[in-house]
Amino acid sequence: MEHAKIMKALAMAGEIVGRKKLQKMIYIAKKMSFPFYEKFGFHFYGPYSEELTLRIEELCNLGFLNEMKEKRGGYFQYRYTLTEAGEEFLSHYDIEMPHLQECMQDMNKQNSRFLELVSTILYFENLSKDEVKEKVFSLKSKQRYTEEEIEQAYAYIENLRNKITGNKNQEAVS
Amino acid sequence: MAYPGGQLSEEKVFKDPVHRYIHVRDKIIWDLIGTKEFQRLRRIKQLGTTYLTFHGAEHSRFNHSLGVYEIIRRIIDDVFVGREHWDHSERLLCLCAALLHDLGHGPFSHSFEKVFHLDHEDFTQAIILGDTEVNKVLRRMGDDFPKKVAEVIAKTYKNKLVVSLISSQIDADRMDYLLRDAYYTGVSYGNFDMERILRVMRPREDQVVIKRSGMHAVEDYIMSRYQMYWQVYFHPVTRSAEVILTKILHRAKKLHEAGYSFKTKPVHFYSLFQENVTLEEYLRLDEAIILYYFQEWQNETDPILSDLCRRFVNRNLFKYVEFSPTNEQMKKLLELNALFKKAGIDPEYYLVVDSSSDLPYDFYRPGEEGERLPIYLLMPNGELRELSRESVIVDAISGKRRTDHKLYFPQDFIDDLSTKRATKKKIKEILEG
Repeated sequence: MEHAKIMKALAMAGEIVGRKKLQKMIYIAKKMSFPFYEKFGFHFYGPYSEELTLRIEELCNLGFLNEMKEKRGGYFQYRYTLTEAGEEFLSHYDIEMPHLQECMQDMNKQNSRFLELVSTILYFENLSKDEVKEKVFSLKSKQRYTEEEIEQAYAYIENLRNKITGNKNQEAVS
Repeated sequence: MAYPGGQLSEEKVFKDPVHRYIHVRDKIIWDLIGTKEFQRLRRIKQLGTTYLTFHGAEHSRFNHSLGVYEIIRRIIDDVFVGREHWDHSERLLCLCAALLHDLGHGPFSHSFEKVFHLDHEDFTQAIILGDTEVNKVLRRMGDDFPKKVAEVIAKTYKNKLVVSLISSQIDADRMDYLLRDAYYTGVSYGNFDMERILRVMRPREDQVVIKRSGMHAVEDYIMSRYQMYWQVYFHPVTRSAEVILTKILHRAKKLHEAGYSFKTKPVHFYSLFQENVTLEEYLRLDEAIILYYFQEWQNETDPILSDLCRRFVNRNLFKYVEFSPTNEQMKKLLELNALFKKAGIDPEYYLVVDSSSDLPYDFYRPGEEGERLPIYLLMPNGELRELSRESVIVDAISGKRRTDHKLYFPQDFIDDLSTKRATKKKIKEILEG
């Protein structure tokens, strides 16, 4: 079932470029209360899940996900899409995750650097804003995030939450 | 700020079969060991269900936590003290984090976390920061000290050298568990020359590095790790016990939700079933309590719960066959699923695919999600070189994940299908394929 949920998220997002981006999108979705149960810890680029890495690899081995490896300068980049077999498999599951599609598509339009910042802020969401900034500046010093980017990330998180709760409120009214 | 009472008037020692002695001189460490949250670790086995495969593996998370503390103490006091990049004011912080790094582990963590969506790391944080004896001891160092300890363990502390001592690809945690688990299981694979590695560790601004002359000891450590994962941690019999344990928890939860009337009510499980367990409730759990329920549930009227508990308690485990998750094998699995139902064996509990996977060592891939801090060698000219670029052995296994899938089932149930001969034959044909 957990595999199917990841596939569903990918199907909703369309193509996702980059392992880092994929990790951050699922983490952010989890923090938005979508039912993903992969465990995340804090690593180089912020929240990262070994379980998710494993799940993606298994889905690739099963032929449900297509992983395209391409050389980009000094490193490899990976593109992920759902295969036809994956779509067929997914059709056997009835997975209801309202508003996930809007969130995944919105996140997919952002770059991985920004999603890294958003997910890092969410990781420390129990801290005050000043403490979060201090964490971003000390733990992500190499990324050189600016105050302005941090504000944008906070606004983005609020916007994502509104997409979910706003829509829920609308449903309640109608 | 210093800890009230500073150092003990006399050093205390614990006898330890792995490190010979564990030395305690700092009062804060002595006080932390005495807290009820730390003592609870005596009642949680380090290797969960592994004792059903390797009967010696009865050691606890208490032993391991003391071991990690001792390794860090030796690194700091015997190797790092007085060296450039090492800030000795971080000493007590490192020692406390080392001692407490596994504090949030619960009974049979792996299965419990999977079924009830828990995370022991969250509980480690909650114990250190919450209203606990551990928190009271730590606060004697200053109000922000518990937070710092929690950050080191969560890998979010600003001094990355401190974090890397406790959590990296060559850290005190791994060194202790490899040696300790090898000792208690009785296998010979996990041994490596830890003394040598400690002597060649050097502090750098962001992490610990290893002098080039110690490369072969590190190679040995990495190969030990590789062997231990496949020979001990992922042993198929241990995984069979783990599969049954997981299914017991699933069944108990399902029965509770369906309003089943338990002869022995799962009082300790209620908040776990509802996924709203409090810290106090969590700390009440240990393996003795869980095993008590399994003993009692052998007498439940639900045939699945009682059967699974009997299997676990009496070590009547599931058998297994190799399974590779290809399309063809998935079709066979669906077929087996249908045949099990036809035979009256519920496949939800009695036909289980279990996967294990490990990445023995990984190097850094800039820009992409590799996420593991590589091991750096300090060359004689002062340069740093990533380990797999120098070591042919490490290069051979770098970045190569090994995964193993197995299909578990109750052989005895299938053998007993004497009235459903055709179904039995088909099941056997597929399983023995």
